[in-house]
Amino acid sequence: MLQKVKPSPNPYDRFQLKFELEAVMSRLKLFAPVIGFLVLAVMLWRGLYLDPRTLPSVLIDKPLPEFQLQTVELGEQIIGKADLPDEPFLLNVWGSYCLPCLQENPILMAAAEQDVVPIVGVNYKDKLNLAQLWLEDNGSPFEFSILDESGRLGIDLGVYGAPETFVVDGDGVIRYKHIGVIDYEAWETEIMPAIAAVKAEAGQ
Amino acid sequence: MVRRFFTQGLCVLALFYIAVMADITVTNTAFAAVDTFEFATPEQQQRFRRMSDEFRCPMCQNTNLTGSNGGVAEDLRREIYLMIIDGKTDDEIEQFMFERYGDFVFYRPRLTIETILLWFGPLLFFILGAWIVLGIVRRAKASSQEPVELNEVEQERLRNLLETVKDRD
Repeated sequence: MLQKVKPSPNPYDRFQLKFELEAVMSRLKLFAPVIGFLVLAVMLWRGLYLDPRTLPSVLIDKPLPEFQLQTVELGEQIIGKADLPDEPFLLNVWGSYCLPCLQENPILMAAAEQDVVPIVGVNYKDKLNLAQLWLEDNGSPFEFSILDESGRLGIDLGVYGAPETFVVDGDGVIRYKHIGVIDYEAWETEIMPAIAAVKAEAGQ
Repeated sequence: MVRRFFTQGLCVLALFYIAVMADITVTNTAFAAVDTFEFATPEQQQRFRRMSDEFRCPMCQNTNLTGSNGGVAEDLRREIYLMIIDGKTDDEIEQFMFERYGDFVFYRPRLTIETILLWFGPLLFFILGAWIVLGIVRRAKASSQEPVELNEVEQERLRNLLETVKDRD
């Protein structure tokens, strides 16, 4: 397998280099299965910890869609994109039927109390009276909640199930999307840095 | 000869692969939801059926829109229906879905840089495998055709072996 390299007076001798290259190549061939195994092992290992439910959103860096909808709180009044905060805010998709929404409510409540960012809700495919009851029972972290009973706004937002949370900048552009419940870890490591980045950019 | 056989086989299989990839029909017989949509023409209904078969439900993964009774699947079927009634083309409907849910919603993803491995990965692995097998076969053939020369000791041993076999008979 290994070629014996003849000692040469000139280390840059072309033939010697060729011999050495061949020796290295044949040695590499020996390791090919091991390398293949390692590559596969690393990929599969990583795959174990990827959540197949978190789809990459195509809506990052796209403006929020237009809408004309009522809210849970404001009765008959119709609001649209222009009525959303003109500073960075969170858009949280929720529903009274959604258990993870209940789970993340205390974190959103705390954030609202500390005035971190305004939080706007999207009440997704829910019933108005149930939504109102849920907010009464659990407290509302929202400035208001857009009433998306048909789920049409949800489709435009690429939503496929509550809870989903968007970080939106002052220009109404989606900058980050979190799918699923926001726990303390997600708040600290994902939502807060995303908000901070958007705010820092706005400050400039 | 072996080589020709392999190359021909390879071509046939590659053609078969391309044919299959070009015409995947996602058949899902489980109709979980029965929608009461009314269409003006049977063509529209057929288009609706085909499209909701070919889009993947973003919520219940590995189910198409037809087979899923998830809330979002229901909404998306309604949107597709409305777009068909509205006279939108298949491309426009696909674009609508892509802009919201990305490549994920396609059971037959578009051919882009990101999906190229998905489309041609299997073919690549097949060619790689065939190449390796071809190499092994060729090497084995080459080594079997070399005349084997035995030295005297070996010839003696062979003679002895042959004789013991003969004796046994």
